[in-house]
Amino acid sequence: MPADEPMLRVSVWRGSGTKGEFENFDVPVRENQTILDIVSWIQQYADPTLSYRFACRVGMCGSCAMMVNGEPRWTCRTHVNKVASHDNSLTLEPLRNLPVIKDLAADLAPFFEKWVEAEAFHHPESTREDEIAAVDPESAERAGIDAAIECINCAVCYAACDTVAGNVDYLGPAALQRAWTQFQDERAGSKDAILDAVSGSGGCHNCHSMGSCAHYCPNELNPLIAIADLKRITAWRRLKGGSNA
Amino acid sequence: MKTPARKHPLWLAFMLHRVSGLALALFLPLHFWVLSYALTAPVTLDGFLRWTEYPLVKFAEFGLVFLLAVHFFGGLRLLALEFLPWSDRQKTLAATAVGAAFLVSGTFLLKAI
Repeated sequence: MPADEPMLRVSVWRGSGTKGEFENFDVPVRENQTILDIVSWIQQYADPTLSYRFACRVGMCGSCAMMVNGEPRWTCRTHVNKVASHDNSLTLEPLRNLPVIKDLAADLAPFFEKWVEAEAFHHPESTREDEIAAVDPESAERAGIDAAIECINCAVCYAACDTVAGNVDYLGPAALQRAWTQFQDERAGSKDAILDAVSGSGGCHNCHSMGSCAHYCPNELNPLIAIADLKRITAWRRLKGGSNA
Repeated sequence: MKTPARKHPLWLAFMLHRVSGLALALFLPLHFWVLSYALTAPVTLDGFLRWTEYPLVKFAEFGLVFLLAVHFFGGLRLLALEFLPWSDRQKTLAATAVGAAFLVSGTFLLKAI
C-alpha cells in the first residue's frame, strides 16, 4: 500500500472468555467502507486468526452485530464514515451482555435460550384435520405486529439494554417482542403459557422503559411497544383474577 | 470500552426519574423530622422557618420542588406508557414532563423570591 495512504487506527478486542486485550491494526481507508469490511480486511491481510461472525452481508441474517465505539451495531450496514472519530480511530468489541467465544464472536446461546424461556415460539393446537385458520392481514392484531415480526435476531437490543446488564434473568427486548408477536397470532394455542412466561421474575415487568432497544435497533423496530403491551395485558389479567407466574 | 447505550432522551428520562425518586426518598425523613418540631418544639421550628428566608435555601427549595414535580409528571408518563394504548410520542411526553416540572418549580421560585 502507498505510504501516504489514509489509514484507520482500529482497536480490536482479542481474547476469549473474560480474558483479553485490545490489539491495534492500521487499515487502509476505502470509499463506502463498512465495519464488516474492516474486520474482513484485518483477517485477510493482517491476522488470519481473527474471529468474527457474519453471513449475508446485507442486513438480513443478524449475525454480524458487535460493539462499535462502545455502541451495539450491525456491522455489515454500518459505514465507517458514520462512526469513525475525527482522528480516524475505531474500537471494535464483541456484543455486550453476552459471553465471548473468541475475539469479536459473542456466544448468542443465552440470548436464544431466553426466547424459549419466554415461550416465544409457535404453539400449534390444530391438527391437519382442521380448517386452515384464516388470518386477516387487515385485522388490528395482525397489522399491529407488522413491524415486530421483522426482527432479525441480531441481539443489538440485548446488548444495548441496561436492564439485561443488571439482571441476568431478564428475558430481554427481542425475546419479549417475539413472545408478543406469538401471543397476537390468532392460530396460537397456550396463550396463557406465553403470558405466564413473560410475566415471571425475569419478565416484562423488569423493563424500565429506557428505550435503548428501540434507539439502537438497526431495523428501527420498537420492542417497547411489545413490552408495554405485555405489561398491560398481564397486569389486567392479574387484576381480573387470572394467574401470573 | 463497552460504554452502554445512554445518549438518548428516554434513557435520560429514566435516570432523571430514578435520581429524583432517590433524592426525594432521602429528603422525606428530614422533612418529617422538621415537621415534627411543630408538635414537640414550635420555637425551634420557627427558627428553622426563618432560616428558609435565605436566597440559597429558597433556591434549594426550588430544586426540591423540581424533583417532586419531575418525579410526579415522569410517573404519570410511565403509568400512561404501561396502562394506556401505545403512543409513539414517548420522547415528546418525556420532554413535556420535564417542561411541566420546570413550569411548576419555576413558578414556585418566582413566588418565593
